[in-house]
Amino acid sequence: MPFRWNPELTAMDVTPEIFFQQRRQFIQQSALLGAGVALGGIAPAVSLAEPGEPLTNVQKGVVTLDEPVTPFKDASSYTNFYELGSGKEEPARYGDRLQTDPWHVVIEGEVNRPGRWSLADLLKPHPLEERVYRLRCVEAWSMVIPWIGFPLKGLLERFEPTAKARYVAFETIHDPSRLPGQAQNMLDWPYREGLRLDEALHPLTILAVGMYGRVLPNQNGAPLRLVVPWKYGFKSIKSIVRITLTENQPPTSWNQQAPTEYGFYANVNPAVDHPRWDQSKERRIGEFLRRPTLPFNGYQTQVASLYQGMDLSKNF
Amino acid sequence: MQIPQPVWLLLGLSPLARLIQSGISGGLGANPIEYIIRFSGDWALWLLLISLSISPIARLPGCRGVIRLRRLAGLFCFFYATLHLCSYLVLDKYFDWFDIGRDLRKRPYITVGFSTFLLLLPLAVTSSKGWIKRLGRHWGTLHTLVYPAAILAICHYFLMTKADWRLPALHALLLALLLGWRWRRNIFSPLPG
Repeated sequence: MPFRWNPELTAMDVTPEIFFQQRRQFIQQSALLGAGVALGGIAPAVSLAEPGEPLTNVQKGVVTLDEPVTPFKDASSYTNFYELGSGKEEPARYGDRLQTDPWHVVIEGEVNRPGRWSLADLLKPHPLEERVYRLRCVEAWSMVIPWIGFPLKGLLERFEPTAKARYVAFETIHDPSRLPGQAQNMLDWPYREGLRLDEALHPLTILAVGMYGRVLPNQNGAPLRLVVPWKYGFKSIKSIVRITLTENQPPTSWNQQAPTEYGFYANVNPAVDHPRWDQSKERRIGEFLRRPTLPFNGYQTQVASLYQGMDLSKNF
Repeated sequence: MQIPQPVWLLLGLSPLARLIQSGISGGLGANPIEYIIRFSGDWALWLLLISLSISPIARLPGCRGVIRLRRLAGLFCFFYATLHLCSYLVLDKYFDWFDIGRDLRKRPYITVGFSTFLLLLPLAVTSSKGWIKRLGRHWGTLHTLVYPAAILAICHYFLMTKADWRLPALHALLLALLLGWRWRRNIFSPLPG
């Protein structure tokens, strides 16, 4: 059952003009793709698509939000992706350095069915959904982004985590010869992130392959990234090549870089201060005055139970 | 040939002109407030380093004349530092004095940045001919405050950096060279300057 908070249609459900204008193109491409599949058994749309190409067969409105979506231009030009450079605009500038085809993902650790999968094979069984989530960066800015992806839960269950599995570790591609940021010792490459297994299995946690109806731009983490909307953005690791189920809490990059600033949990929490940024407020991109930051980024009713009995100022 | 003063004045205002032009043409990116804060901070720091370069350059043969630009460079440094501080107070915090006070107490890069401004303030105020005359030999002593101000400005840069230390390190190196030159000269010559 799709789970939604706003069953009524809102302004956000209106098809963006650009997609409306390109509806014939969608149909043509779907038809071509269908023909391709019929003729030669070509893999689904995602593996064929280049960054920026429209995604088809997406179930819309699975999770909606009554807040204006951040313009695509801002969401794709203002990003943190240190692999492509430490500035906000560098990742978009050097996006083409990231090669997303061919792409393989290794699933290993405490699973019954470990293996190395091509992106197409990995994605094939998972129907794509559009979910509009808030994105809150630890740097106290935020956006609203219509992601396209599927729950991580379905993917993890396919590979059958063992009884020992308690955490999920993720790793970004490591390609220092191409990725300008990785040629520098800014972080201990490759970028690593992790979740507790129950966080990873939560229905809000998704793997995304697209946004704004299209394949993810490289700077936004193509071809496959995590989205955990109640945590600071750095948890939502980009360009994933490895998923490891582990018994122990895995090391995570920003936590290793500055443990007093970035915790393992990194739940959005206005009550837990950060040495650099006032976390009680945030600047929504496109707005002038800061708005108050919501506990768990506004997903408190859905996720607070995961942390019952935990001291969130210690486990920040 | 001497370049007339108004030309230098226009040159000093040109970063501001570029900022305004970017603002009008929508070129400030997704987070214009951050852009303005970074831009004005960068120029304040660069003009501080330029001010400190003028004395060493004036020692080069045939370059004595540049010394008369030192005050203007220093004042433009203060101008962009003021813009930097005001964009934080007005654009970023919109006069939220409670938050600003908390930032000053809790966030080292803000404490250090604000202290830098406080050190530059008396230098800008006493830059006029009248003040130079009034302060006499104390003027030079007072203006050695520019050295701690520059060191604090670099600290401010380091403290706000998350992981990529290359740019702050480059600025620190430039400052180290400029201060090193003065230190060496003080050892070899007893003259103040």
